[in-house]
Amino acid sequence: MIPMKRETGRILTAISLLVLCLLVYWAERNLDPYLRRILNLIAINIIWAVSFNLIYGYTGQYTLGHAGFIAIGAYAAALLTLAPAEKQSMFLLDPCIWPLNSIQWPFGPSLILGAFLAAIAGFLIAFPALKLRGDYMAIVTLGFSEILRVIIINTQSITNGALGLKAIPAHTNLFWSWGWAVFTIFVVRMLGNSSYGRAFKAIRSDEIAAATTGVSVFRHKLIAFVIASMFAGIGGGLLANLMSTIDPLAFQTVLSTQVTTIVVLGGVGSITGSILSSVIYISLFELLRPIDQPMKLAFLTIPGRPGMRLMLSAMIFLGVILFYQKGIMGSKEFSWPWLFSKLQPVLKKRTTEQDT
Amino acid sequence: MTWNLFLQHLANGISLGGLYALIAIGYTIVYGVLRLINFAHGDIFMMGAYIAFYGVALFLLPWYVSFPLAIVVAAILGMIIERAAYRPLRDAPRVSVLMSAIAVSILLQNIGFVLFGGVPKAFPRPSLFAQVWNLGGVAVLSLTFYTVLISAALLVAMAYLVYRTKVGRAMRAVSWDFEIAKLMGININHVISLTFAIGSVLAVAGSIMWSMKFPQLLPLMGVTPGLKCFIAAVVGGIGSVPGAVLGGFILGLGEVMIVAFLPGLSGFKYAFAYSALILVLLLKPRGLLGKMAEEKA
Repeated sequence: MIPMKRETGRILTAISLLVLCLLVYWAERNLDPYLRRILNLIAINIIWAVSFNLIYGYTGQYTLGHAGFIAIGAYAAALLTLAPAEKQSMFLLDPCIWPLNSIQWPFGPSLILGAFLAAIAGFLIAFPALKLRGDYMAIVTLGFSEILRVIIINTQSITNGALGLKAIPAHTNLFWSWGWAVFTIFVVRMLGNSSYGRAFKAIRSDEIAAATTGVSVFRHKLIAFVIASMFAGIGGGLLANLMSTIDPLAFQTVLSTQVTTIVVLGGVGSITGSILSSVIYISLFELLRPIDQPMKLAFLTIPGRPGMRLMLSAMIFLGVILFYQKGIMGSKEFSWPWLFSKLQPVLKKRTTEQDT
Repeated sequence: MTWNLFLQHLANGISLGGLYALIAIGYTIVYGVLRLINFAHGDIFMMGAYIAFYGVALFLLPWYVSFPLAIVVAAILGMIIERAAYRPLRDAPRVSVLMSAIAVSILLQNIGFVLFGGVPKAFPRPSLFAQVWNLGGVAVLSLTFYTVLISAALLVAMAYLVYRTKVGRAMRAVSWDFEIAKLMGININHVISLTFAIGSVLAVAGSIMWSMKFPQLLPLMGVTPGLKCFIAAVVGGIGSVPGAVLGGFILGLGEVMIVAFLPGLSGFKYAFAYSALILVLLLKPRGLLGKMAEEKA
């Protein structure tokens, strides 16, 4: 490995961020809405996967409640950004309650408030959930996200119940989504490299050993849980203002398992892996869209059936778990020195060729 | 509320509880043996209902042929799932097996969508189960009566199998300790296969009666009963067969009575199971009848 100064790495990171900025700017200007939507979805899934990695990958706690926190963020952002007139016409069964029916906030504060509410929910749920371990914890977090969905369906005057919300202003663009994605990655990486991150990983490898060396197990799990819920809420808000319609059916357990699939496919505990597999998973899902519709191949017509895509996606998930548990990246991370050590043989070969 | 009306609700609650108990046993015995929450259980429930439906509607079999056939097919399906998706992971971390179960569940649901379509199918109700009896002023559907009867018979058969036969003893040994069971000459692969087969049989027996009660088949129909019965198993103490039965009845009666006594809360009926789950896990983490067992390595 080439000895490398820390500053060089920082400069390279800054340059690549700048390049990303330019790319996003170009994409926002030049790409058609469909492609922009896919890119937005990729960024939102990066936010979810990276934040889920904080709980599952770093701290080793398997939860199935991500969909619940996403729902909180989505509903909060949607209700705050919706115009009062729209709300009035949409809430058919029960009129919208007081503070919500007359306010309309800008996108930024709405997102932040949604994230804040999701974090509070995470904080409250953490107390009972973190007492349990392993699959019990998974089941209890799943229970919370389902209870939340029942509450959303039944609080007609706040969430419009099963009818869902429509005509949410489409505030989300590539700047918002990729900006938040970069911020999420930055925070989770910083946290991972700090003393907190080491404590998380200690808890993952052995809870009892971590506790005996003085790591406060509960406090660290709580921190990971609350931060992950917060980012899940941000992603939810971005999703609501991208799709412009949401309803309780969008936040079923399948959403939590989708996030899990992405994280496992990328490699548990690897942020780089989560990013790569978000890109792969979402693109693949879009590319496979035609197989839900009928296809004509020369003589025979293959009848497309809705569900084919999700079936394939489940098969991929199963395949990864059975045969490819390490995922794309294992637990490795991308870093500049790593890149250079990979490039070194190639560069060397070229210089020796030039010499001869 | 009149006495008769109360008895009516009670009958409904008991028949629903019996169904929950049947399905919950599948979760509890699989958990006992493998320490695995078999998420695919609810989807075997769905598959069984569809197979029984197609046996009657497409192959025009009489119901007394088609229903047992569906049970046999589902038992085989359960064994195949164990062989393909869980056995390769026997030495892997438990969370991987849990994820594998979730993947199988989503896979089965979407196979359901692809094969059967998303349009609800109406399940047939043979005339034997469609009569209305008047028992001392209480109108009871014969189905309710037979449901209770069949559930009770299956529960007794199940208890006999687990506690009185050689195979049952092998099952209990495997659930106690894999390695020792192996050393005692038990073929644990056979026992685990059998456990899945029994679980699937009970689930599909439950699912057929469920579908006659709520005659609407959908590829996602197994999700809610599946989760609720899993909760019933946890509430009763997962790994314990009597616990699963108790949990099933608590949940079934609780749901019916909530709607009966507090109609304002009927929208939250679905949340009752989850609230019971969280409460029980916090107060008695091993469930009502669960043993305080060490984690199996």
